[in-house]
Amino acid sequence: MVAQDSHDHDAHGPHGNDPHGHAVHAHAAPTSFIRKYIFSLDHKVIGLQYYFLALTAVFVGMFLSLLMRIHMIWPTANLPLLGHIQPETYLSLLTMHGTIMVFFVLTTAPQGGFGNYFLPIQIGAPDMAFPVLNMLSFWTTFIAFVVILAAFFVTGGAPLHGWTGYAPLSALPSAGPGEQLGADLWIASIAIFCVASLMGALNFITTTLDLRAKGMTMMRMPLTVWAWFITAILGLLAFGVLLSAGILLLLDRNLGTSFYVPLVVVNGQIMGHKGGSPLLWQHLFWFFGHPEVYIAILPGMGVASQLLSTFSRKPIFGYKAMVYAIMGIGFLGFMVWGHHMFMSGMSPYSAFAFSIMTMAIGVPSAIKTFNWLGTIRGGRVRFQTPMLYAIGFVSLFVSGGLSGPFLAQPVLDIPLHDTAFVVGHFHLIMGVAAIFGMFAGTYYWFPKMFGRMMNEKWGRVHFFLTLAGTYAIFMPMHYLGMAAQPRRYSQFTELAYLQHLIPLNTFMTYAAFVTIGAQFIFVINLFWSMFKGPKANDNPWEATTLEWTTATPPPHDNFGGKTPVVYHGPYEYSVPGAPKDFVMQTDPATVTSH
Amino acid sequence: MPSQRGRVAPATAAGRRRYKTRGRVARGHTGTEAHMATFSSAATITDQAVKDPKTGRGSGGTRPPLPGGGGGDRGGGGSSDYGGRLRRTRLGLIVGLVASSMLFVSFTSVYIMRRGLPSLDDRTGAYVSDWLQVNLPTTLLLVNTFLLLLSSLTVELARRQITRQAALAPVRSIPGVSIGKERYFPWLGATVALGLAFLAGQWMAWRELANRGFYMATSPSSSMVYVLTAAHAIHLAGGLLVLLYAGATALQQKAVEDRRIVVDVTAWYWHFMALVWLYIFALLEFVR
Repeated sequence: MVAQDSHDHDAHGPHGNDPHGHAVHAHAAPTSFIRKYIFSLDHKVIGLQYYFLALTAVFVGMFLSLLMRIHMIWPTANLPLLGHIQPETYLSLLTMHGTIMVFFVLTTAPQGGFGNYFLPIQIGAPDMAFPVLNMLSFWTTFIAFVVILAAFFVTGGAPLHGWTGYAPLSALPSAGPGEQLGADLWIASIAIFCVASLMGALNFITTTLDLRAKGMTMMRMPLTVWAWFITAILGLLAFGVLLSAGILLLLDRNLGTSFYVPLVVVNGQIMGHKGGSPLLWQHLFWFFGHPEVYIAILPGMGVASQLLSTFSRKPIFGYKAMVYAIMGIGFLGFMVWGHHMFMSGMSPYSAFAFSIMTMAIGVPSAIKTFNWLGTIRGGRVRFQTPMLYAIGFVSLFVSGGLSGPFLAQPVLDIPLHDTAFVVGHFHLIMGVAAIFGMFAGTYYWFPKMFGRMMNEKWGRVHFFLTLAGTYAIFMPMHYLGMAAQPRRYSQFTELAYLQHLIPLNTFMTYAAFVTIGAQFIFVINLFWSMFKGPKANDNPWEATTLEWTTATPPPHDNFGGKTPVVYHGPYEYSVPGAPKDFVMQTDPATVTSH
Repeated sequence: MPSQRGRVAPATAAGRRRYKTRGRVARGHTGTEAHMATFSSAATITDQAVKDPKTGRGSGGTRPPLPGGGGGDRGGGGSSDYGGRLRRTRLGLIVGLVASSMLFVSFTSVYIMRRGLPSLDDRTGAYVSDWLQVNLPTTLLLVNTFLLLLSSLTVELARRQITRQAALAPVRSIPGVSIGKERYFPWLGATVALGLAFLAGQWMAWRELANRGFYMATSPSSSMVYVLTAAHAIHLAGGLLVLLYAGATALQQKAVEDRRIVVDVTAWYWHFMALVWLYIFALLEFVR
């Protein structure tokens, strides 16, 4: 083996100027199972790895949410295997549900999954700029996931501090059962995840800037690529801050520093800390946390734009406006973190500034929404499953987004902040809307990824059940919030003033059962179609972007040795005078004017 | 009609205006006179324009687009993409440094904010500042600074040396051409030695701080001293590992172009880390 290696190096010549000696970046198609499917350098395999990691995580997260809903209405129920859920267990469920969903689903699947798979293909590149870094990024994410799951199984169990990890609860191991090793693992997992996301963001940005095919100008990139690109920039600027915050939190917990912990008494004992500020953690956390919301939703916006145009057979309404709106949302996303802290005590002047900036996000969001509606209007809409999900995305984005301006005002946020209203708001817009973006992407790109079509009928059934189900769960939360049902409480069935809300809560729990049951339709459809679905041709949706010009599934280098040249914008549908109602981006000799 | 099909409307202002109206008429586009008239007024474009398509304004696409991209055995012709890989790796470095900077920016904001926070004294019940002025071993840190700046110089010399080497490599490979032998000084080795000396010096500074009674948890000020210096030291140690890797690849007789990319990018990284150290030192020294 050693002899073989040295022979290989000798072949490169003493001066190393052999044209085939560049092994740093390039890689040939792998042959062994491990190099092909486990430690693969191929962005497509890595994309699928991210996707299936997120699919696993979403079922874990969903299961935890179901346990929470069961506990809310039957607090004394004795569950099989789990027994009676204690109040602190409820807090653990809450923490782990939030953390797993936000980091390992909403951040992982849209960006790491679809972005990894389709960004290079859509810009005509053979792979990411740094394939090894890409592989490292996935496996680091995987380790982070294992570490956070481990928190369930250590002494004391999973942490109690919520996905936001507010100090001093998160900073004091004596604060609760889950705050011992479980909390350390939680912080470690987040820190590892930050490193993984930074590597991913670096790769996405470099790839977008440097590996576009000939003719693929920035203003010819599909809006999906724009969304992934801006998301990567947000991640690059936000995750470093969360990493630093996490490091300091670990120091507070383990080395006795006082960044976040003031003079505090736990169980009658004065802790060794003093002078720290819980607000400091909140500032750092939300400086990351708010851009994180856009990290979750922007890729969904990109997918929605792509699909609404494709399935309406019309160019996207206002391409440039869409691009600038994505940039505007990304930029404003860094200016508004304080609106999460109106309750924490803040100068009214700061609160005013944060409030104004937050409401300003309504402007680019409205631009996007109206452009989506403008895209559909007058189109010859094909209501296939991906399109249904794209429309569902817009619907959820509007209904979840409209409660945003309410919460953006301190005077309304203060009574609503700790109620179910906020839960309804962010689940609709950040949770379910982003998930609908992923479903849309899955149904849309499945033929390209696996060479077969998903079942259309069950896709529709899944869509209508999921749409109705998620609305049935999260819409009433706004009402519950206004009726002052607190959030994060493990048990409120005993409270007299909430008695009349118990039937509604029961209804929501049943809706959760149905909605989660409907997800099994999706999973069965996914795996069944992978092997038994009807064969897909190379461009089943008659779309224009580059991934539909190549074979299905794409070869190792994406374009089979050819290098695509781009002549058109991404949404040339129904071009007057063109032979078909769509013009591929790579079509050299046909009508265009972009 | 058929003769017009091969024609292409270029990215003229008029063309763009027509493009914008297209959405509204999409439903009934198939062959009404009005649309055909719009189309037939489009100009014909030459092959030249097709090969080098117009870019959108301010799009950043004015640079000639890359052929192939991936390089190596898949783009066909590995060495032709060497310049592309160098540029890409440098771009990646810049992006990575932005992420690194955010870490230090974040620590700085903690430093400034925590410094201004009062603390409740549990004996008197009064608010006092718990931010102690750290008695930094300034002389030692100045020596360390000198070592780091010197290493920045040596790594720059290493970078320039390997740039020359890489540039001459194709000439050397021509049979019968001799351009004489250049004596290569081990600048990389010198950089590694100076880098290690710096890290050892930082370790001594930590020991000295402990001798003076400033531990991690003594005061938020001393915590920040340790956090900032440790974050910088970890970054620098990462750079050292890459330099050692570059040295190892030299022993393995790897392609000089590959090594040049590694050394080049690490050199820029190293300079940046020297700047970060100057910044940290200034922060700790002047914002006590």
